[in-house]
Amino acid sequence: MISSLLGKKIGMTQVYDAQNVLVPVTVVEAGPCSVVQVKTVETDGYNAVQIGFSTKKAKNTSKAELAHAKKAGLDNAPRVLGEVRLTAASTLKVGDVVTVATFAEGQFVDVIGVSKGKGFQGVVKRFRVAGGPATHGSMFHRRIGSIGMRQTPGRTWKNQSMPGHMGSDARTVQNLRVVKVIADKNLILVKGAIPGANGDDVLVRSAIKGQPKAVKA
Amino acid sequence: MNPIIKEITAAQVKTDITSFKVGDGVRVHTKVREGDKERIQVYAGIVIARKGHGIHETFTVRRISYGEGVERVFPVNSPNIEKIEVERESENMRARLYYLRNRQGKAAVAVKERRFEDTAAAAAKS
Repeated sequence: MISSLLGKKIGMTQVYDAQNVLVPVTVVEAGPCSVVQVKTVETDGYNAVQIGFSTKKAKNTSKAELAHAKKAGLDNAPRVLGEVRLTAASTLKVGDVVTVATFAEGQFVDVIGVSKGKGFQGVVKRFRVAGGPATHGSMFHRRIGSIGMRQTPGRTWKNQSMPGHMGSDARTVQNLRVVKVIADKNLILVKGAIPGANGDDVLVRSAIKGQPKAVKA
Repeated sequence: MNPIIKEITAAQVKTDITSFKVGDGVRVHTKVREGDKERIQVYAGIVIARKGHGIHETFTVRRISYGEGVERVFPVNSPNIEKIEVERESENMRARLYYLRNRQGKAAVAVKERRFEDTAAAAAKS
């Protein structure tokens, strides 16, 4: 069994847990994901399964995509495809379906998504550079300041913070507690925020850094 | 609101809350856990604000305790709130009674009370 699912971020809300504590949660519609392809060391050089989520409209589907989906017994091509690396050969077969029941309440998950795009941003927003004083005639407000020394080293260091494009990066948030799993609606409630806007595609996986002591998944 | 989120929180949003509004004098009965024992604690004061909607809705209760103003914010839908009693109803023209914070003495708890004649007159008018 794999412990990763592709899903869609629905949005954030709050729920009361068993201790009557109001917990901030993100609702993720995760799965059901069909196994579209199984990769093995013999055929591909590594072990993995390719899973698909949601469906694509027929008019947007290429023949190649459709044929690939048909192999897994699907009528429509999945809108999102993702690959999950495995250390050992997969026990799953093409056509199997993975659901949100993979996750248990109380366990930790990692969520991978693409952060919201911020466009071209200056250093104050992008790298939290302090900037200059707003008043007293400083004429130096949100600028970057010095970017180096003198003849030595005679160049600007790598990784010097400068203005540029911010956001739209793949980001992983680790160790989010699963507050609730609503299996019949394919929903999973994780504590805290996850990357991306509502409606964006995300990958939810069992936390790689391990589980809390009480729950071993 | 997203229909899925609405459905998730709907089960936890209380439908049987005592109706109260800003300006009312209330007694809030809250469950307090001490070790494995649970008891009810009552906090009485004036509701000076009611904010948010759905599961996020909260209200602020202000009281003068030993000459010191104390404000407590309660989530309306908290399972820890046993019940809310309305001690005196008010007739307020404001949504937030933050001006009470700047008042001292008797004026600090002065809120226009709804009188019986007023409600009777209102009923006669309609």
